[in-house]
Amino acid sequence: MAGVSVTFTVNGREVTATVDPRTLLVHFLREHLKLTGTHIGCDTSQCGACTVHLDGRPAKSCALLAVQLEGAEVTTIEGVAGPDGMHPMQAAFKEHHGLQCGFCTPGMVMMGIDIANRHEAPDEATIRRELEGNLCRCTGYHNIVASIAAGASSMRG
Amino acid sequence: MTERGHIPESRQREKPRADLQWIGKSMKRVEDPRLLVGKGIYADDINEPEMAHAAVLRSPHAHARIVSIDVSKAQELPGVLCAMTGADAAKVCDPLPTWASPPVLQAVIADDRVRHVGEAVAAVAAVDRYIAEDACDLIEVEYEPLPPVVDPEEALTSTGDAVLHPERGDTNIGLERKLTFGPVEEDFAAADLVIERRIRWPRSGGQPLETVGAVASFDDGAGRFTIQCNTSMYNYCGWMIASTLRVAPHKLNIVPTLAGGSFGSKMFVHKVPVLAAVLARAVGRPVKFMEDRIDNTTSCDNHASDRVYYAKLALKRDGTLLSLKTRIIDDYGAYLQFGVGQHGNALSQCVGPYRINSVEVDLAAVLTNKCQQGAYRGFGSEVANFVIERLVDAAADELGIDRIALRRQNFIQPDQFPYLIPTGNMYDSGNYQAVLDETLKLADLEGWRAKQAEARKEGRYIGIGVATCQERSVFSATEFWMWNLEPGVEWTSSPDGVSVKIDPTGKAFVTLHSPFWGNSPETVAAQVLAEQLTIDPADIEITYSDTDQGLNSTGPGGSRFTVMVTGAIVGAAGKIREKLLRIAAHLMEADVRDLTLQDGAVHVKGVLDMKMSIAELADKAHYYRLSMPEDLDLTSGLDATYVYDHPVTTLPDPDERHMGIFYPIMGHSCHIPVVEVDVETGQVHFLHYAAVHDCGTMVNPMTLEGHIRGGTVNGIGTALFEEFSYDEAGQLTTALWTDYLIPTIKESPADIVVGHVETPSPFTEYGVKGGGEGGRMGGPPAIAAAIEDALKPLGVTIDSLPLPPSKLRALIRDAQARAA
Ligand code: FES
Ligand code: FES
Repeated sequence: MAGVSVTFTVNGREVTATVDPRTLLVHFLREHLKLTGTHIGCDTSQCGACTVHLDGRPAKSCALLAVQLEGAEVTTIEGVAGPDGMHPMQAAFKEHHGLQCGFCTPGMVMMGIDIANRHEAPDEATIRRELEGNLCRCTGYHNIVASIAAGASSMRG
Repeated sequence: MTERGHIPESRQREKPRADLQWIGKSMKRVEDPRLLVGKGIYADDINEPEMAHAAVLRSPHAHARIVSIDVSKAQELPGVLCAMTGADAAKVCDPLPTWASPPVLQAVIADDRVRHVGEAVAAVAAVDRYIAEDACDLIEVEYEPLPPVVDPEEALTSTGDAVLHPERGDTNIGLERKLTFGPVEEDFAAADLVIERRIRWPRSGGQPLETVGAVASFDDGAGRFTIQCNTSMYNYCGWMIASTLRVAPHKLNIVPTLAGGSFGSKMFVHKVPVLAAVLARAVGRPVKFMEDRIDNTTSCDNHASDRVYYAKLALKRDGTLLSLKTRIIDDYGAYLQFGVGQHGNALSQCVGPYRINSVEVDLAAVLTNKCQQGAYRGFGSEVANFVIERLVDAAADELGIDRIALRRQNFIQPDQFPYLIPTGNMYDSGNYQAVLDETLKLADLEGWRAKQAEARKEGRYIGIGVATCQERSVFSATEFWMWNLEPGVEWTSSPDGVSVKIDPTGKAFVTLHSPFWGNSPETVAAQVLAEQLTIDPADIEITYSDTDQGLNSTGPGGSRFTVMVTGAIVGAAGKIREKLLRIAAHLMEADVRDLTLQDGAVHVKGVLDMKMSIAELADKAHYYRLSMPEDLDLTSGLDATYVYDHPVTTLPDPDERHMGIFYPIMGHSCHIPVVEVDVETGQVHFLHYAAVHDCGTMVNPMTLEGHIRGGTVNGIGTALFEEFSYDEAGQLTTALWTDYLIPTIKESPADIVVGHVETPSPFTEYGVKGGGEGGRMGGPPAIAAAIEDALKPLGVTIDSLPLPPSKLRALIRDAQARAA
């Protein structure tokens, strides 16, 4: 299959690659860039384990083709921590036991950061509504909601 | 020795104490940082140089002969390295490991016959997964369909072409046995009343967010496989994979990866690693096979108990429970990987928390054209909980006794432990009244009863359910084999080991010999070692061994891990402490009996400032041999290994009067959900949910609560939505998460109020009990009871799960038609 060239930014770094046009973004990130923090849970856009930020909004990277990304800016879980360590949202998940197996976690953290970006002080109902597209099989969601509320509040400083 | 067996002496070394420093604290998890920043390495995150990728062509038929198969077009596709059929695979590997005896043979790729939709028919290795999938499309297979066997009760009478494994005889009954414990007939004869129910427990599965995967490579110089895989039990029976691959056990190294959840489904994975390994050997390159979701739902070890019960509970008119008789038809699917271990498991607690004098179980494990059964949070005993709780509710209603009062009346009393139930299993300890009382407090039962009455006046249907359930923990290997018809694998050991060393600077290193599969092994190990050596958990580093380095370790599963690794660390730390004290005594010229370890240093009791820190002693132990006592056993360094055996088991009775003690560390829980059922739509809403668990001494309340809440939501899935549903043709109609409905945040209660009671085990170190299977052990019967209570005015009874809106509507319609 003829490759198609695509250039976009991943975690602040410009990437140019020639890809098979059918390559999913999640595979591009994981296989080509070795950014394996973005996970695949379902293949059918149910679970949200593959959530990244695309131009500042959350997106399920299993439901996008890499070639759709020309000129876009992508942030993955590997790109959110600062030089001093974890992002406040990541720290909040640790503090509130918002993860068990950790497989849904990158997607949950990316969603959490997005929720915090879009809502001043998200309450529980808001967080629950926003997390409809992210599945967790381990936690029963309780502590994820608590983590996101706390993470959002520490992001506000 | 009684009819029910005997109880051995306790081997507990560490008594539960109030002044523990680390055990019992909600320490933040050691595992989290790497998982949070996206640096945890799960199976699919492994990349080896030159690694190829596998895909599998799966059967579209439930049951068929493979007439011919042609892989030539697939072979020719550029990028394809190998296309392998079942016949090819059979040339290089033997059937997959099994605990069933006589075995039900299972090939990694089906050869002449497919027995369920999704069974592997061919496998391809290619330079990437996309090409491997393309190649699967080019494989031509001609099938001759055979009659599909889907209904478990019809499977009882299958003959001829409908028989899945004709070499085992002209039947689809994989195993049939009746076991009787105690005077069942006498007890039934003495009964005033017998409650009879047909109860249906649905086929569901763990469905962790991560599927099963393996990266295998073969070193043809050394003749040796390496398989990186998200399996457990690799240090217990990983060598069985070597037998399948026809290499000597030391020619296989299994390296664990993180597992993105298991809930039992990755207890001992066999198809995926074997498939990756045979392909790797064939193509001379490392091969990754990562199941996609359909691979997983249709053909993993993921499907759990799928049972029909004809249950009878005998009791006196005053409410005294006497005896339990069950005829069980369990739909095992096409193979019997773990034998019928799920029923051994159920017999560990089939009488619930109640004094019931005798038990009869008449089991038919049937083989049907479905994916095989494996393990899922409860491993069959959660079904026993559902059955006994439904029967007790029915008995209370029949007698006109309050459901809670009937429970209290029949509870095993705190002074009766340790208690042998009729099957021979021991309940080590418990306080069921205390758990019930605590839950009632958290649930505000009176308040909700009042609201329920108010709501009924408005035509709203609120219901309250109460379930008091056993939460057995720490299995022993006997549960797998004691049902077998012929002697097979008859192990009686199920230990767990650790290796601990203190380096010359005083830092501690722990090697675990079982994997991370979503639990908190590193946190538990750090807390217990910190407690034992009075050190800071931050000074402890934890890694996982592969099979090359591994000690005999069963691994997580059956809520074993916390109890077993605590025991192993107590054993290893004890050896290290002894050496520290000995060296300190020598160097400080003191008597060992005058020394004590505290705050990370050995002190001379009563002498201020006479102490040496562990770091100082470690330095001496490593580098100053000539300053040490003359003793051949006192080698340089500070290290210890310890394999901790199951704390208390006994052998099954040779005459089958009882099954011995095999699952004795008995937790308990009470769940009280409050639901509202919308009778127009059949939807269930949770208004409140209280759950109290007694898992003995808690090592980490925070992580235990995580298991309780997460497990409860698993239980909600089982109770309300989840079902691997096969149609008449044997097609799996719920193969994707669009149809197999695991609870989203919308279906999960906003708050599950969790409480604890701690009744320490007299048999385990510090009195810890397992709690890994969490709320799934108690949720389903409690939710069923709550829904039944809500719909009581309509006369609906609940005997089967799941209860999605469509099913509840049908029940409501039927009840209304009956009333009219
Ligand atoms: S893998 Fe993308 S939503 Fe599940
Ligand atoms: S932590 Fe395991 S799936 Fe969410």
